[in-house]
Amino acid sequence: MQEMMLAKAKELLQSGAVQRVLGWQTGEFVYDITPAVFTSAEEMDEKFVYSDFCGNNLSKYLIKESRKEGKILVFLKPCDTYSFNQLIKEHRIVRENVYVVGVPCEGKTDGETLKAKGIKGILGIKAEGDNFVVETLYGEKTIAKADALPERCLNCKSKKHMVYDELLGEEGEVLDSHRFDMVEKLENMTPDERFEFWRGELSRCIRCNACRNVCPACSCEKCVFDNDNSGIAQKAAADSFEEKMFHIIRAFHVAGRCTDCGECSRVCPQNIPLHLLNRKFIKDINTFYGDFQAGEDTESRAPLTNYTKGDVEPSIVYHKGGKN
Amino acid sequence: MQDVKTFKPKIVAFCCNWCSYAGADLAGTNRLNYPADVKIIRVPCSCRVNPMFILRAFQRGADGVILCGCHPGDCHYTSGNYYARRRMTLLFSMLDYLGIEKERTRVEWVSAAEGAKFAATMNEFVKTVTELGENKRLEDLRCKK
Repeated sequence: MQEMMLAKAKELLQSGAVQRVLGWQTGEFVYDITPAVFTSAEEMDEKFVYSDFCGNNLSKYLIKESRKEGKILVFLKPCDTYSFNQLIKEHRIVRENVYVVGVPCEGKTDGETLKAKGIKGILGIKAEGDNFVVETLYGEKTIAKADALPERCLNCKSKKHMVYDELLGEEGEVLDSHRFDMVEKLENMTPDERFEFWRGELSRCIRCNACRNVCPACSCEKCVFDNDNSGIAQKAAADSFEEKMFHIIRAFHVAGRCTDCGECSRVCPQNIPLHLLNRKFIKDINTFYGDFQAGEDTESRAPLTNYTKGDVEPSIVYHKGGKN
Repeated sequence: MQDVKTFKPKIVAFCCNWCSYAGADLAGTNRLNYPADVKIIRVPCSCRVNPMFILRAFQRGADGVILCGCHPGDCHYTSGNYYARRRMTLLFSMLDYLGIEKERTRVEWVSAAEGAKFAATMNEFVKTVTELGENKRLEDLRCKK
């Protein structure tokens, strides 16, 4: 796939159809993938990479890149295309300046996970059926995808690209995922158990803001959390209240716009399952206001900027689910 | 020393200027009793209430927060309360998801003519929150005196 992508990008660069290419490059180690903009074929030959470590969602970089002079080529995985659509809908990306090339994705792992499973000295990776074959300093190691993939990939919602100008590889399908299973499990706990669960998770938060910074839906020019008067800007939480407030508000601000790409959980240095907060909102929206998938199209109105006269009353929360 | 039985909750009531705030006034002129623990904050519309306001109220020591607005269909600005309804449904559901007692938050539709409903709602809400006791799960210790 990497060769196909390289050939395509170089062809378009040389013909002048695009001036820049947004893709991935390797950092110090093979699993340290960084999003990168390339301007020449030589540069691409040297640095461009597309491997099973390329989990980064590139859509958000287009907010800036699409406003620059000239056209940019971008490689998007299926779940990235949802974010792309959502940003188009919010008028954040200049569509005419972007050439989208859809690339297939069979789930992306990361160095941390492999190391935690005892695979050290990683030199390369390739997917073979249900396994990853990892080339290491100590020879080849095989690990099942089920053990190496993050939750967002195990419960992949779609292999279908929502938008593209050109597709490399086969067209996939929207999958029937079990992504709400964990949310349901939490809902069925008692409030005390839920409180303990979230206290354990959220108290690890170091307020690095990585979840906000990486989120393609968080694209405000001025963020509420950067407001010096808010009392919570640029510092670690001093009280458990702040953790809860930060995470409730962060999730609330993207409610109805979150495409469930799972980047927040991927970048969290403390491994807090932040996507479970977003998914709760998605699940509630689906139950209360009808199925809605953000980023599926560029026309529909977001659930929180819309209403119907017969909407459920907030009191439904007291009556439904969850034990006392 | 404070006796458990004499626990007085602090209740913040966000009231829409065009209905519930006048409803509270009517309750007063009709000499209807409702607890003095209810602190009313007047807002121009129920949809003025940002989810952050609710959390802030809890942070600054509220034990319960109630939002009162016009009945659906009667909004002074046509549709404000419809948006508020969706927002609050999701916010309350999220608070419940985090294990915070769901009885501490409420939305009620009270019109300017419903003084009696206002008093009854507040009496009932204060009773519920009093039974729950102090807000421990969404408190900010730095704000405690």
